[in-house]
Amino acid sequence: MERTAGDQIPEFNRKQAASAGVGISGMTSALALGGHRTKLEVLVIILVAVFIIGGTEFLLTIFKVPQYVLPKPSQIVMALFTEWKFLWPHLLITLYELFVGFAIGGSIGFIMAAVITQFPFVEKVVTPYILLLVTTPMLALVPLLILRFGFGSEPRIIAVALASGPMVMINSATGFRRVDLAKIALARSFGASTLQIFTKIRIPMAMPMIIVGLMVGSIFGLLTTIGAEMVGGAEGLGNRLTYYSALIRMPQFFAIILILAILGISIYVFFFWLGKKWASWEA
Amino acid sequence: MIVDRATKYYQTTTGSVHALDNVSLEVHEGEFLCILGPSGCGKTTLLWSMGGLHELSGGEIRLGPEKITKPHPEIAMIFQDANLLPWRNLEANINLPFELKRVRPDRQRIGQLLDRVGLTGFENKFPRELSGGMQQRASIVRSLSVNPSVLLMDEPFGALDAFTRDEMNLLIQEIWMETRKTIAFVTHSITEAIFLADRVVVMSARPGRITSIYDVDIPRPRSVEIQTRPDFIERVLKIKSRIEHGRGPAAGLAIT
Repeated sequence: MERTAGDQIPEFNRKQAASAGVGISGMTSALALGGHRTKLEVLVIILVAVFIIGGTEFLLTIFKVPQYVLPKPSQIVMALFTEWKFLWPHLLITLYELFVGFAIGGSIGFIMAAVITQFPFVEKVVTPYILLLVTTPMLALVPLLILRFGFGSEPRIIAVALASGPMVMINSATGFRRVDLAKIALARSFGASTLQIFTKIRIPMAMPMIIVGLMVGSIFGLLTTIGAEMVGGAEGLGNRLTYYSALIRMPQFFAIILILAILGISIYVFFFWLGKKWASWEA
Repeated sequence: MIVDRATKYYQTTTGSVHALDNVSLEVHEGEFLCILGPSGCGKTTLLWSMGGLHELSGGEIRLGPEKITKPHPEIAMIFQDANLLPWRNLEANINLPFELKRVRPDRQRIGQLLDRVGLTGFENKFPRELSGGMQQRASIVRSLSVNPSVLLMDEPFGALDAFTRDEMNLLIQEIWMETRKTIAFVTHSITEAIFLADRVVVMSARPGRITSIYDVDIPRPRSVEIQTRPDFIERVLKIKSRIEHGRGPAAGLAIT
């Protein structure tokens, strides 16, 4: 229905697409990669992918580039299938660390943002320290954390929480700071309690920025998970990367990169979808 | 509703602002009262205090025997620019007061009101999909749905174009004649005030106080055309000269 209308009036469709794209990402244009695309645009994107993959395969074949320098795309996909039975337990561990770390860091970040923005003085005092946490790569702490917590998942979970929490917090705080006094007055005029103002006005109003925070936080979390696994321990996809590169098994190495790319894109798509669902009101 | 020697100071970083100075006023039951004044004269402060949204520095406001210090269920407010929540569709916006009071929305009443203002069929639209006039109609439905006895309106049609504004003024007049709610209506348009009101209260700025009160005895229903009649224009000019006299060149300079 919508599609046929769009086919007849492309301008109209384009305009809608633009506003939908702004939806969740109006605040961070760097994240505004999504949005509606026309059939032609999708076709071109696929063609470019085919061209790049096919071209790489072709060039690597005719120039006889050895596998240990750069494996062919076909070899990478083959490796993904043949090694999958060895790789998936590591994938699960990576996902577990990412999920638990992000859940801990994200919820602490969200709660702190909600509380701190209620007290301007506290916010002003705390913000520089949060900024410090945001800008310092938490990966740097991993060797120290390993000394204290050993080679298991714990140090990585802590690092992920430390990396994602401040991201979630700083973005959510920006959202909570955008108070619209008229909307709060409206709720109060109908007898809203402080809690109701929080759940029915403040949170929905901050939602676009909260989702951006969750998106950026989880991507940072993924980076930190992989990085932390490369530093020490014997499990996780990050650890496999160092393992395969040490053995110069490049197809397997790139197969993991492929998995990580898919993981990152899935996280992005998930939060983009969430933004569409919960924060598409913001034009 | 009685406003008794209401005084209000705001504390700002540059010192304290005297927003209301000993304002005393009685809003009769079933009356349409307009509060008129230039920007910064404290009319919005007065209205928000009457709605229990502002605390007074001195004096008090009563609804019958009750002192108003916080929002009262019998008093509903209508704000500038409709003030709908952009993340809720029209139906959810209108259900908000019921949600906050944790009661089931009065479907029948809401349906009748939507029909009355011509919004039936728009329940699933979001505010951004509606015109300014439609948004303000929706906010009127939202406020009337809880059946308050007093309606406080804060420059509700200030942002609308002239045609829509006339249309909304007619609508609010009709609604008032049908329901006989007590309405206090803040505006900075002299024409709008005279068109709508039984009484026009004129306020002056710094500090905000009442300078004069005019009775408007034009019979109802009033049509938009009466705004061009000589006696209507005479009323406008009278109030206008009163406001300008109150400001004067010196007062104008003092406002910087």
